[in-house]
Amino acid sequence: MSRLEEQLAEIAATDDPIIRDQLIVLAVKRQERRQRLRNSARRTLVFVLFVIGLGLLYMGYKAMGQSTGDRWPIVGGELPVKTNDLIMPPLGDILTSFGRPLRAGGQTLASLIWSSALFTLREAATGFVAGVVIGLAIAVLLLRSRLLERGLLPWVIASQTIPLVAIAPIVVIWANKNLGFLPWEWQKWQSVSLIATYLTFFPVAVSGLRGLKSPEPEALELMDSYASTWGQTLFRLRFPASLPYLFPALKLAATASVVGAIVGEISAGVRGGLGRLILDFAGKYTTGPERLYASVIGAAVLGLFVVGVIGQAERFVLGRRGQEAV
Amino acid sequence: MTECAVRAEGITKVFNQGRPNEVHALSEVDLAIEPGEFVSLIGPSGCGKSTLLRVIASLTEPTEGQITVYGKPAEQARLDRDYGMAFQHSGLFDWRSVARNIELPLELMGWSRDKRQQRAREMLELVKLGQFGDHHPAELSGGMRQRVAIARALSFNPSLLLMDEPFGALDEMTREHMQTELLRIWSETGTTVVFVTHSIPESVYLSSRVVVMSPRPGRISTEIPVDLGGRDADTRESPGFFAKITEVREALRAVEGAE
Repeated sequence: MSRLEEQLAEIAATDDPIIRDQLIVLAVKRQERRQRLRNSARRTLVFVLFVIGLGLLYMGYKAMGQSTGDRWPIVGGELPVKTNDLIMPPLGDILTSFGRPLRAGGQTLASLIWSSALFTLREAATGFVAGVVIGLAIAVLLLRSRLLERGLLPWVIASQTIPLVAIAPIVVIWANKNLGFLPWEWQKWQSVSLIATYLTFFPVAVSGLRGLKSPEPEALELMDSYASTWGQTLFRLRFPASLPYLFPALKLAATASVVGAIVGEISAGVRGGLGRLILDFAGKYTTGPERLYASVIGAAVLGLFVVGVIGQAERFVLGRRGQEAV
Repeated sequence: MTECAVRAEGITKVFNQGRPNEVHALSEVDLAIEPGEFVSLIGPSGCGKSTLLRVIASLTEPTEGQITVYGKPAEQARLDRDYGMAFQHSGLFDWRSVARNIELPLELMGWSRDKRQQRAREMLELVKLGQFGDHHPAELSGGMRQRVAIARALSFNPSLLLMDEPFGALDEMTREHMQTELLRIWSETGTTVVFVTHSIPESVYLSSRVVVMSPRPGRISTEIPVDLGGRDADTRESPGFFAKITEVREALRAVEGAE
């Protein structure tokens, strides 16, 4: 018997109308789940086609510019970006540069980007985790007190208007000089994490607060009717209810933490990560432009990776509930 | 004299007192409910029936008056976990399986895991959901969710079951089925029930007493005892049932006409 026939037999066998309704609901839900899987396969395909399309666009634009002498065909006028091999290195060069050793017999560019990406990932992930903890703590604090929400929230928002590049050196100087009281020896890369934290805590605090406030009044009354304590209501109702609000913020925070780490490395002068690598290759652009492109692609892939990790966690956590993110 | 399950004396509830948007939700409400009774509160919207339920549940403080539940102040009764509640929206937690939803109040009361699971199984049997314990609420139909909500409300044997239009969002067929289920559960558990509804047939079918309320300010206008004996499918078509429906309807009309 097929799955569907089995289900239909099950439906036919029960005389309880509510159970019968239920079995139909379940069959529909299964159908929807299959549909979702199909949709996610389609999304992956669209993404791959998009990347390929981007490559083709790059090559097409370059080929056009080289045949017209960097002018628009028909309408004339100069192209905004010149298409010589220095400004736009051939796509093939960029791709093959990954496999080429930097010095004869030395490590390949790909392995350098890989180790730099791991270094940056460690900074970003450390900063991300700290940012999530701080962001949630702020959200709970603001939830606890209406007064704090009115008094503190504008400062939280104002903190994000200070340009990252401006605070990065200050953070590094402060951290190196003043964090001697910590039980571990402060590492320079941890200052970069601090910058990632600064970018991460904000979306988590704002969405977290919204999520913590999301339960229906009836759900809160229900907890009250059980004489639930504030903490029990927080952990058993408000926090789980906030997750659909939190995950989109976590994705945003994850990319922000990578951006923060890369920019932070550059302005804090920390070696070993992607930010420093990009800065180095920008300095040596004339002797190997494809290396800069390759390291930027590495940074983009790192960003996609962290978003992908959060997305998987989201699907795992919310999917089990049969929920979608808001 | 036996102790009342619920005794409300002179309950007045004013929202936003002293401000321009002041609302007199309840005015001088007196109500006594005996243990084991099934009492419905019915009335036009704005008559304060839900507010009265929440005052009984100690979810909101009355502005004036006294509520005692089995001789205790309402707040003490709430702290002693004497109340089981069910609302129009089942209020199930999406992130918990059906069984874990039923276990929620037991968790808050510090029951051991084994005892909780044991009780959840019993409750699932009671509401005839044996095979659905591992499903999540998002996979359930409206009727099923309400069954789970009732199972959750009864899981810790509360002495008072408070229901605020629990079947209001269900279609008519499911609704009638759930009413029959609720009466079966009521007769099996012997719990006292206070049931808010705006459906006349529902109030008559379920209750041993229908309390008709009038709006602005909310007060009790009539109490109609319903003595139809044991309910079954034929009850809904019996002359006695229709006579009671007419009586409640006329009481409600009088309430609206008085405005």
